[in-house]
Amino acid sequence: MRPYVREKTGFTFEEVPENTCFEAGYLTTVNSGWRSIRPVINAVECVGCEQCYLYCPDGVIAIQGGKAVIDYDFCKGCGICAKICKIGAIEMEAERK
Amino acid sequence: MSRKFLSGNEAFAEGIRLARPQVISAYPITPQTIVVERLSEMVEDGSLSAEYVHVESEHSALSCAIGASAAGARAFTATSSQGLLYMAECLYYAAGGRFPIVMMNADRSTALPWNIYGDQRDSLSQLDSGWIQSYAENAQEALDLALMSYRIAEDSRVQTPYMANLDGFVLTHTYETVDIPTREQADRFLPPYETDNRIDFENPKNMAFSAGPDTNYIFKYKAHKGLLAAAEVITETEKEFADIFGRHYTGLTENYLTDDADYIIVTLGSIAGLCRETADKLRGQGIKAGVVRIRYMRPFPNEEIAAVLKNVKAYAVLEKDISFGNEGTVFTNVNSALKKAGADVRGYNFIGGLGGRNISAADIEKIYTDIANGTDAVNFIGIGGGNNGK
Repeated sequence: MRPYVREKTGFTFEEVPENTCFEAGYLTTVNSGWRSIRPVINAVECVGCEQCYLYCPDGVIAIQGGKAVIDYDFCKGCGICAKICKIGAIEMEAERK
Repeated sequence: MSRKFLSGNEAFAEGIRLARPQVISAYPITPQTIVVERLSEMVEDGSLSAEYVHVESEHSALSCAIGASAAGARAFTATSSQGLLYMAECLYYAAGGRFPIVMMNADRSTALPWNIYGDQRDSLSQLDSGWIQSYAENAQEALDLALMSYRIAEDSRVQTPYMANLDGFVLTHTYETVDIPTREQADRFLPPYETDNRIDFENPKNMAFSAGPDTNYIFKYKAHKGLLAAAEVITETEKEFADIFGRHYTGLTENYLTDDADYIIVTLGSIAGLCRETADKLRGQGIKAGVVRIRYMRPFPNEEIAAVLKNVKAYAVLEKDISFGNEGTVFTNVNSALKKAGADVRGYNFIGGLGGRNISAADIEKIYTDIANGTDAVNFIGIGGGNNGK
């Protein structure tokens, strides 16, 4: 089960907790702004072999309906999934704002 | 209550046994070794029910304690000198995460030149790490601070780790008669640790997370307020301690013959006893000498120090520390307290005891004479003055 994103900025003084412990599920900056390229899955070619799912270091790939899907809120764009895909169904594309 | 003949290390271990930590993670280093040896024996013989983790380094010792505290456990570690410096990164994690870990630090010189004897440069170099810092004078106070430390650190207003400093060898390895409270008294004084700042499978939390520029400084502000709040919690804790155990402590400082004093030495740790004896001797000669012993460097006793020093003719700060290129750090802090209070008093810094070098009664008597006559601003006992003026 993955945490879901509730992006929020502009915390008030009172909203900031006393210690570094807070209700799970908050992500204040989507993918930490790390990604310059993103993996894109060709759903026609993908055979759902789960290799990308197994190799993804951030665990952001899931298999849904027999096809790999990527959670871009957490994907850092490392490209390991594209490298490991034996049938070349994942392309790295430039990040577009 | 029972009475035993104990070293400072052993007394502290007795206090920790009574405080019932659930996890102890430590790496041995001279002159701290005996406190963790005694605790490991207590775990072995069943008189202390704790998980004792013999880690591979000081960095791991405190990391392990942080993990234990994040699981809601009462955690203890101990170190000294190079070990404290090696765990420096983790000091900031513990303080920023507001994990009320207690650590005993045996104050010892730092390399190079290599030296295992006592001075206070190790802990004073970490004043900014966000920990409460106490400095014990004797073994009884060491035991009592071990017991009080968890009450103070775990208070919801404080939530701050606590570093209890004992002068290496002079205090950790010398023996004196110590009163040991009963288990019943200790349990009445110190309830089990309860916190929301912990891993909870029923109510998942994000823990020890990052915070960007918009909120980071709010966390730092709150940590600062937490450490400041320790001052009133220390007072409350000492009052309740006196009610149960019958021993009285005096908060962030301890004053001796200060009410009418003309000349005061401000110091910390075990050397304070010799300062008081010297003050007694000088009083016999008609010189109004006094002593302020700083018990807590963080939170710093700004008002307490200013209230005492603002009326004296001159004061000295005697410390086993030097911030190279400037002066002793305690001197800097004391001067700041007076400046904020608007007081203008002559003050002088005396650096001594580095690498365990003895500070004699004659040295202390000379300090009183020197500050009465005026001397250099910064003086190395037995070597000479600094070059930044009288």
